[in-house]
Amino acid sequence: MGAGHGHRLHYHGHSRLHRAPAHLKLVALVGFMLVVVATPRELYPVFGGYALLLVAVIASTGVPFGYIGKRMVVEVPFVLFAVLMPFVATGPRTEVLGLSLSEPGLLAAWGLLAKATIGVAASLTLAATTEPLDLLRGLQRLRVPDLIVQIMAFMVRYLDVVTAEMGRMLTGMRSRGCDPRSPRHWPLLARSVGALFIRSYERGERVHLAMLSRGYDGTFRL
Amino acid sequence: MSTPVLDVRGLAYAYPDGHQALFGVDLHVHEGERVALLGPNGAGKTTLVLHLNGILTAGAGSVSVSGLPVQKSHLQEIRRRVGVVFQDPDDQLFMPTVRQDVAFGPANHGVRGAELDRRVLDALDRVGMADFVDRPPHHLSFGQRRRVAVATVLAMEPEILVLDEPSSNLDPASRRELADIMRSLDVTVLMVTHDLPYALELCPRSVVLHDGVVAADGATLEMLTDAELMRANRLELPFGFDPAAAAAARDAAIGSLSD
Repeated sequence: MGAGHGHRLHYHGHSRLHRAPAHLKLVALVGFMLVVVATPRELYPVFGGYALLLVAVIASTGVPFGYIGKRMVVEVPFVLFAVLMPFVATGPRTEVLGLSLSEPGLLAAWGLLAKATIGVAASLTLAATTEPLDLLRGLQRLRVPDLIVQIMAFMVRYLDVVTAEMGRMLTGMRSRGCDPRSPRHWPLLARSVGALFIRSYERGERVHLAMLSRGYDGTFRL
Repeated sequence: MSTPVLDVRGLAYAYPDGHQALFGVDLHVHEGERVALLGPNGAGKTTLVLHLNGILTAGAGSVSVSGLPVQKSHLQEIRRRVGVVFQDPDDQLFMPTVRQDVAFGPANHGVRGAELDRRVLDALDRVGMADFVDRPPHHLSFGQRRRVAVATVLAMEPEILVLDEPSSNLDPASRRELADIMRSLDVTVLMVTHDLPYALELCPRSVVLHDGVVAADGATLEMLTDAELMRANRLELPFGFDPAAAAAARDAAIGSLSD
């Protein structure tokens, strides 16, 4: 708790992208993503172009590729879904390595994978080059409703607190001889996530009490 | 005698689930006093604190702050007058930076611009945290966060400072630093605690809450040396702690300061 300055997603640096105003970066990211998502998935070389552009941008920031790469694991659930698609989709089928796969399914999987990968990498690049606080200020400058920005600010503030709480619960389990790694322990993990949710909910109530005690009446005045 | 800063009369409260926590509490705190509210776990201490600034509403009885009754119609003024520092600083410090957090209270009470800046820096200065004004609270040590939590309340310039277990989870050095800060503040204090040496060090007067009523009210030293009273209220001193010797040491320290 309270250790590790900066955020886990942020990579300290002074490149041009690091110094660019957060609201411009946000607009650029959203614009880029809209273009990527709108691109028909059959235009394979265009996706290559997007990927090259992204690689060039990341290279210019000085953030190591491994740093972004490691954090790409958040994409795994989408990858699993994409891998399933050629098996479950209907339509004309084709033989790949002795497996009968759906052609439209393969195309859909490719589209999902390409767009998700580019999206995740681009978002991680934004996160790596922008402090969370600056991101919030950028959203404010873009006139995102105050309530949403405040909710995100609370999320940023309490992410570490909740993660540390989860860490302590895991330590507690390990100290009592249960290392929750195998799927056998998933029910146990699910229960502790439930407990974590209730603890966080109760913390939310305590934070609200503390806010009321200092005269909070529903509007932020800062 | 003058109007007490805090005047609690016959306060009773039952939680919505039917569990009754307070059974008629009477408590007066006068200006400039530092009073410890002692009691074992579950005695109703925190419930009482939540009544002082109108978070909970009395089932029976009344609470008034400097003559102003705690009622819905002037809750804002009550909350400005009563500054509550909660036990877990992570509950109290919710803004992205220390500056914004300390400004939160006074800003809610209409303080703006240069006056707001002055209040923030002044409050942080009083707890020795002025150098941390632009840091995010979660990057501070636990003791530092507790001190900033005190500053968030001082910035509202309250008439009474209510602290819930101020010494809990602090290492001895942070604990002493907080005691020094409390002594340096020129403000009425109600300190909820079961840290008896801390109560003796800081508060000349103590009130014991037990099973939802005030079981004793008097000089802290007399209370801590009354074995019968201590046992009856589930209060125990740490092993080897001698209240009389500690009080003598405390008085000597105060004497050497005034010389």
